[in-house]
Amino acid sequence: MKLPLPELPQFDYIKAESAERAIDLLQEKGAAARILMGGTDLLVRMRNGALAPTVLVDIKNLPGMSAISFTKKDGLTVGAAVTMNALARNSDVLHHYPLLAEAAESVASYQLRNRATVGGNLCNASPAADTAPAALVLEAELTVMGPKGERTIPAMEFFKGPGVNALEAGEFLARINYSNPPKGWKGRYMKIGRNAGGDLAIVGVAVMGYPDKDAPSDFRFRIALASVAPTTIRVHEAEEILAQNPITETVIGMAAEAAQEAATPIDDVRASARYRNAMVKELTRRGLVDVWSSLKKEA
Amino acid sequence: MIKAMDITVTVNGEVFQKTIEPRLLLSDFIRHELNLSGTHVGCEHGVCGACTILFDGMPTRSCLMFAVQADGHEIRTVEDLGTMEDLHPLQEAFQETHALQCGFCTSGFLMSILPILEESTDLSEEDLKRAMEGNLCRCTGYQNIRDAVQLAAEKMSSGGES
Repeated sequence: MKLPLPELPQFDYIKAESAERAIDLLQEKGAAARILMGGTDLLVRMRNGALAPTVLVDIKNLPGMSAISFTKKDGLTVGAAVTMNALARNSDVLHHYPLLAEAAESVASYQLRNRATVGGNLCNASPAADTAPAALVLEAELTVMGPKGERTIPAMEFFKGPGVNALEAGEFLARINYSNPPKGWKGRYMKIGRNAGGDLAIVGVAVMGYPDKDAPSDFRFRIALASVAPTTIRVHEAEEILAQNPITETVIGMAAEAAQEAATPIDDVRASARYRNAMVKELTRRGLVDVWSSLKKEA
Repeated sequence: MIKAMDITVTVNGEVFQKTIEPRLLLSDFIRHELNLSGTHVGCEHGVCGACTILFDGMPTRSCLMFAVQADGHEIRTVEDLGTMEDLHPLQEAFQETHALQCGFCTSGFLMSILPILEESTDLSEEDLKRAMEGNLCRCTGYQNIRDAVQLAAEKMSSGGES
């Protein structure tokens, strides 16, 4: 029996058998083609009518797309189709990049994390993307494949606006490299959503810090924010305060205020700008206190 | 230009070959093509968890996948658990602890919790919370469901049938 279903507009589904085929399709179809990764965002947007692609190009099965590798020399390389759960449970990630595991684990719910991919999370370029602040503070490099071959884009240059990334026509994200962070580093991803699990970030803050004898404070920190600006952002002003002044509670407070200054949140369905403003300061403070106390323990 | 596609998918141990449109959601495929209506469709955008199935053994939202993506893969739905006469220990536990009222969310809960219990019946509070984080119940709150998972863990660890 055929029941009447609220159907989506028609489209073709193509499982690309090679990178060249994927690139050809993306070039040929232009904006009518969308890359299908985990689909956890794309399907929602297709169903609410925001997107109506005529071709979905599934690239998850291309070589290396689901691979995670780690070497002391090159750091961590993560295929764009690695799922959040695969990332959060990988022993190298847990051991060498706990911040990244924490960020991946904070995404939505367990069932969603079995499908949602790291590449999709970054390419959607949502200001609320949970793994984007981690990519910013770990200074990740994104390798994309396209008509002109491979090129690498620093995470800092990848997010151009809400939903806009630095990919050009015919390009797709193949893998992400997180080089070895400085020795002795510690990191945290602090997030609040409307509930403890399963929600998008109202505010997300990634903090990492490491000993650095060249900094007047003997430490350097990197801070990135989610959900409080048109893109995820680094807050260099706050980082500078922490590099230049001996770390105290007051200095941490000043850095948290600098993060608040840098934030330009909006009111939306999940929270008010006013609340986000207050929370970005508080989460930055908590993250810094946490990272600082781990750093002190080993100093 | 738009092509219907042939897919072969194993559902609850049985192999199905179907010709479907790419736009058909996996949840609708399961319900309307295979007539397995135990998988429920709630929010239809990945939040409520009612449509949870096991995709290659992993709990997954069937409303956020297209059926064509299941080609060559293995699916388990709630129909793969017990029958009315012979319930699975997890289903028994739900019944005995009154872990459902309307039952709409139940198949999703069962399929989220099943692989976790099949992996280990020694669950911490944290494991319990994680097992349930992706499913919403709007009748009764979650305490009885937690009790059910606990009871199911006991039933399944004391050498009960799988």
